[in-house]
Amino acid sequence: MEKNPMKYALFLGCTIPARARNYELSARAVASRLGVELVDIEEFACCGFPLEASDETGCLLLGAMNLCLAEEKGLDICALCSACASMLTKTAYHLDHDRNLKRRVNTYLSGIGKQYEGPVKVKHFARVLLEDVGLERIKGVVKRDLMGLKAATHYGCHYLKPSYIYEGFDDPQDAQTLERILEAVGVENVQYRRKKDCCGGPVLLTDEEVALKVAEEKLRNVREVGADCMNLVCPFCSLMFDANQKGIEAKSGDEFNTPVLYLPQILGLAMGFDRKELGLNLNSVSTKELESTLEGKDSA
Amino acid sequence: MTQAGQMRKFALRDVDPDFIKELEASEFFGAFRGCYACGTCTAGCPVHRVNSSYNPLRIMRMLVFGMREELLKGEMIWLCSDCYTCQENCPMEVKITDIINHLKNLATRENNIPIGVSTQKKLLKDQGKIYIIDEFDNKKRSKVGLPSLPEMGEEAKRLLKVRQS
Repeated sequence: MEKNPMKYALFLGCTIPARARNYELSARAVASRLGVELVDIEEFACCGFPLEASDETGCLLLGAMNLCLAEEKGLDICALCSACASMLTKTAYHLDHDRNLKRRVNTYLSGIGKQYEGPVKVKHFARVLLEDVGLERIKGVVKRDLMGLKAATHYGCHYLKPSYIYEGFDDPQDAQTLERILEAVGVENVQYRRKKDCCGGPVLLTDEEVALKVAEEKLRNVREVGADCMNLVCPFCSLMFDANQKGIEAKSGDEFNTPVLYLPQILGLAMGFDRKELGLNLNSVSTKELESTLEGKDSA
Repeated sequence: MTQAGQMRKFALRDVDPDFIKELEASEFFGAFRGCYACGTCTAGCPVHRVNSSYNPLRIMRMLVFGMREELLKGEMIWLCSDCYTCQENCPMEVKITDIINHLKNLATRENNIPIGVSTQKKLLKDQGKIYIIDEFDNKKRSKVGLPSLPEMGEEAKRLLKVRQS
């Protein structure tokens, strides 16, 4: 069956519906404006990522179960969280490449009345925007010029890596995709030192001090180039740079005051959505100054 | 823990010669013997930069030497941020991050697991997701026009139970 490239099962994962409603709101708003249909599947559970380090079989099973749920509906998956996107892509990659593994996993799945046939394609939301919607259509719905807004994009890790599961989508050594999308709505992409570095998030579970230091270094490098905001696509990265920014400031005695926006929040501003529709009121670091600068430009 | 680049002695009696055989039989460990200790992994590591006692090259050398105890009972592997920088940069295409993830699994079996990681493991078994979506969450969701979600991942819970039996 040919799948409709503008219709996906929306995979929210654990963190977004509980802790990142700003990401969910803005992504749904932008998707709907661009004609992407996102179908909710209530039974979707954890992607398996938190088990990868301690129970790799359990991790694989959770991933496979989620793939089955999309397959039953005849849909591919669009994930907002980079860890979910990576984990589900990796699971599909291994199941689709290793018949013995698939057989083993299906034995367990039959215990809850499921079977994975495959393939099910998994894409990050940003990849859907780029590959299925396309930059021309995005440019077509821009209502407001973001020209002059300087954004420092943080790609994060799992959006691009491990590269062997992503079949050549973008290049972790010189990533471009997120900035190409921003460029389409007039944003100026600023470059900064050590742009490829991790947010530190996964280390929070084992050594908070190390995790926060990794994030602090990035905030410093972003400030150095005078960015108006950060742009990112993962709730864990946002936790490190947005929610933890005040704490990092308190510890380091340094002030950053850098708004951290999700990609669809920036796109949503270009499309003319208001701040509540994009959940900007839910961001930890206030985005008001940035918004009023944009409004000033509108009326000028 | 030893600092990067520092010479350190280890006793041959502490080495487990069977460990390397065990590893080589596993799908995760292909090509790890190709490591020629160039140090590209450690040079790019964002965790190493803020805490030099974490050193992915050291982990690779400990593997080659069969230092099972020190690897699986120590803290080092748990500092890996899973960012895949070392793996992407490795000139010999050693799947360093995948290997470290598997080592974390082996350490878990030896009961060396940080409390944060074991807590998440338990949450998934009990709830099927990390965060429960309670009535209050759903109220907040519906207030901004987001659909309600079930409290837990029931199918996921069943699956993890089926696996154990």
